[in-house]
Amino acid sequence: MWPRPEIDSSEGIDVSDSASQTSPIERFCTRSQTVGVDVTRVSRADVSSTLADLCDREPSVVGAPLPWTDVSLPDSATTMPTPAELEAASTGITAAVSGIADYGSILLRSTADGVEPVSLFPDRHVAVLHEADVVPDMATAIGEQGEAFREEGASMIVATGPSATADMGELVTGAHGPKEVHVVLFGGEDR
Amino acid sequence: MSSESGSRQQKAARIRELMATEGDAVQANTESFNQGRYESVSRLAEYEELKDEARAIKEEAIERLPELIEELRETVEARGGHVYVAEDAADANRYIEEVVADRDAERVIKSKSMTSEEIEVNEALEARDVDVVETDLGEWVLQVADEAPSHLVAPAIHKSREGIAELFNEVFEPEEPLSSAQELTMFARDKLGELITDAEVGMTGANFITADSGTMMLVTSEGNARKTAVVPDTHVAVAGVEKIVPSVEDLDPFVELIGRSGTGQDITSYVSLLTPPVESPVVDFDRPDEPIDPDSADDREFHLVLIDNGRMAMREDPELKETLYCIRCSACANTCANFQHVGGHAFGGETYTGGIATGWEAGVHGQDSAAEFNDLCTGCSRCVDACPVKIDIPWINVAVRDRINRGKDGELDWLVEGLTPDEDPGGVDLQKRLFGNFETLAKLGSATAPVSNWMADIGPSRAVMERVFGVDRRRNLPEFQRETLVDWFETRPDRSPADPTRQVVLYPDLYTNHVLVDRGKAAVRTLEALGVDVRVPSMPSSGRAPLSQGMIATARSKAEAVADAAAPHLLEDRDIVVIEPSDLAMFQGEYERLLPEKTATAIGENSYEILEYVFGLLENGADDGVLSRPAGDASIAYHSHCQQRTLGLEAHTVAVLDRLGYQVTTSDAECCGMAGSFGYKSEYYELAVDIGDDLCRQLEAADASQVLTSGTSCTEQVGSLGEDDPIHPIELIAPR
Repeated sequence: MWPRPEIDSSEGIDVSDSASQTSPIERFCTRSQTVGVDVTRVSRADVSSTLADLCDREPSVVGAPLPWTDVSLPDSATTMPTPAELEAASTGITAAVSGIADYGSILLRSTADGVEPVSLFPDRHVAVLHEADVVPDMATAIGEQGEAFREEGASMIVATGPSATADMGELVTGAHGPKEVHVVLFGGEDR
Repeated sequence: MSSESGSRQQKAARIRELMATEGDAVQANTESFNQGRYESVSRLAEYEELKDEARAIKEEAIERLPELIEELRETVEARGGHVYVAEDAADANRYIEEVVADRDAERVIKSKSMTSEEIEVNEALEARDVDVVETDLGEWVLQVADEAPSHLVAPAIHKSREGIAELFNEVFEPEEPLSSAQELTMFARDKLGELITDAEVGMTGANFITADSGTMMLVTSEGNARKTAVVPDTHVAVAGVEKIVPSVEDLDPFVELIGRSGTGQDITSYVSLLTPPVESPVVDFDRPDEPIDPDSADDREFHLVLIDNGRMAMREDPELKETLYCIRCSACANTCANFQHVGGHAFGGETYTGGIATGWEAGVHGQDSAAEFNDLCTGCSRCVDACPVKIDIPWINVAVRDRINRGKDGELDWLVEGLTPDEDPGGVDLQKRLFGNFETLAKLGSATAPVSNWMADIGPSRAVMERVFGVDRRRNLPEFQRETLVDWFETRPDRSPADPTRQVVLYPDLYTNHVLVDRGKAAVRTLEALGVDVRVPSMPSSGRAPLSQGMIATARSKAEAVADAAAPHLLEDRDIVVIEPSDLAMFQGEYERLLPEKTATAIGENSYEILEYVFGLLENGADDGVLSRPAGDASIAYHSHCQQRTLGLEAHTVAVLDRLGYQVTTSDAECCGMAGSFGYKSEYYELAVDIGDDLCRQLEAADASQVLTSGTSCTEQVGSLGEDDPIHPIELIAPR
């Protein structure tokens, strides 16, 4: 048999933002922008004030308690909100358990104190994420949580950008979920 | 009028109506999804590896399905949930009705689920006075309009913004008439938001469920599935048994592939990974002023209803089994030229739409439902590359077509008996039988040409051909040449090079041999000039024609005859060079299913597309100086053949043309619409023309000095519908 003449088919593959090019944190920030998410990078000491600033002019804020020391929700944020407060809230603040660099996605764990409804009902979702929790790719993100799903019966949402629909003839952001997503990324100095 | 002829006319009328009413919206959306898919997967360096991984996971899961069902049952029950394996739709609905009645539910909110459409659970619940509300915006539009989904992923893809605005304004009479997509979306969000708050039960589907953890994956963008699962305290998930995969880690390739393959998004806004009963507190709008209660999650109830409804039998069926690997991403629909132009209301059965629908419909609703639309798959094979789990969708369509043919009673008509010496039973309809036996027609055609063009003249009149065989009279028939390529080659003086580099058998496919003889002569001249010893022996047809009609037995006997004819050449280490891409695709694809493995491999591995072969010769040092270069204007518009593209062989033609100094613009139409016999058939003629017109406009827009096409069908289609007179690339570059 004659060796089949090959043409290099990898030519068209765009690997400009692949793992070898930039760090996961940088990629996470770039990809987040691409999917319509603003990222604010701050030090641990500044998280609380950043959140407060972000909620400064918000009429109603709900939140789920944040798991880090020295990081707290603004005073205006209501935790364990009522259904009415959830519906009325303009901003919801929650923690994210990880960030996925390849996709600009965040992983939200459904907790008993309401991360799921708080991140879902308000028009804007503000997620707080530690830099150490940014992973390069989807396989790592899911792989890290395997035991949580199996042993703890965890539920999580891989959220990428605001909610959206194209069902009404063209793309509209803000369908049943938030119209806007903001990530506060902190802890670079801890690494 | 015969009943066959009448039903062809009805089908043509239905297709015409859908092209007029829904075609534009469907085309704009599917083409944009399809384009998005190409772009998105090109950014994924591990695309092929992920597809292989996804395929392997599905293969393993279906293999181990009975065991995985039991594992999943134990996992879910250990968490306090319930699992019910429903034998069929009625069984599933009975169970769901009981759950809803036990909860005293007046309203059930749903997120989008094709499986729930399959069992028609909405109708079952509505019959019990339960208010069922679809919360996916597209599904809700259809619920308001009382229409069926036309697409697996974007159910209302056939509706335009204007159409939805008109519907909402009429039904809801808002104070200010709605118009923009933004207004329509916000209106629907508010309306549905209210309906969600007082639902007692949330019903979802599941894209995947993991046996090890009981985690279900839901792929959405709107957030409605999240609300459906978190607001009410009772969650019913409806999923086919085939959705089970072994472990959570297995979800990764699917998360990465499903959005890209379907709507062309790298990932959708939300991929929910829910392990019900979920830990989130119930959002009880009956008590709007009581804080959400962390302990309320303990009261959540979860029912997983796994649907068999024919799937376990599909698992035992060698032809339908692959269907169970389907992740319902819709890539096969979006990449299909026929689907793009007519949509799922024609290209679909009772529930499912697109290329893979034939497998689903035959498996869950029965062959009759598949028979309604199965012929819309022309076997162009563009879906094969697009499918993230690598299902051979065209083969499923052929296999089911064969069964449909066999399911019909029929006797051979006297008129066709002599023309159709095939191996298939009497049930094959006359139209399929005629096209399936194209070899006989071609031989007869050449024998009587040019004194009389048999098909058009001494054969049955065009009116009879249309009535009896469904050959549309608006379509030009092939002009058979008196001197076939084989005759020409036999009678010409021996021009083989003194010291040939390779020995080639140029396969005289039916079209090159009887109709497009010039491209065959050009191939001989080119190969000889490049130092190759060429022979053009008389060889049987490949079996492509009967295969497209679902006449597998006939196709197999042709394949066996080709194998016999090729054997002595393969023993002599000769390469088989093929001009007609659809025949090469047979040799390298379907022969694996028609011939013993060793024989198929030998033919497949030793056969080459003509320009692929020329490319190889040039790469191996042959002198390109003997080939024709552009004389003046070097611009070329090229439409490669659908199956040639699937084989990855468009690039070779382009590379050879580039090398010789031509400036090539390629089309991005997935298929020319002609697809062998398809464009001749009276019920599909107008659809084929609609597709072909788009391609012609694209080629004309390139404003090139010459249009090139590689396939016979493409050449006929572009030649008859467009302003250009296309030739095969080999005719352009052959020494003059």
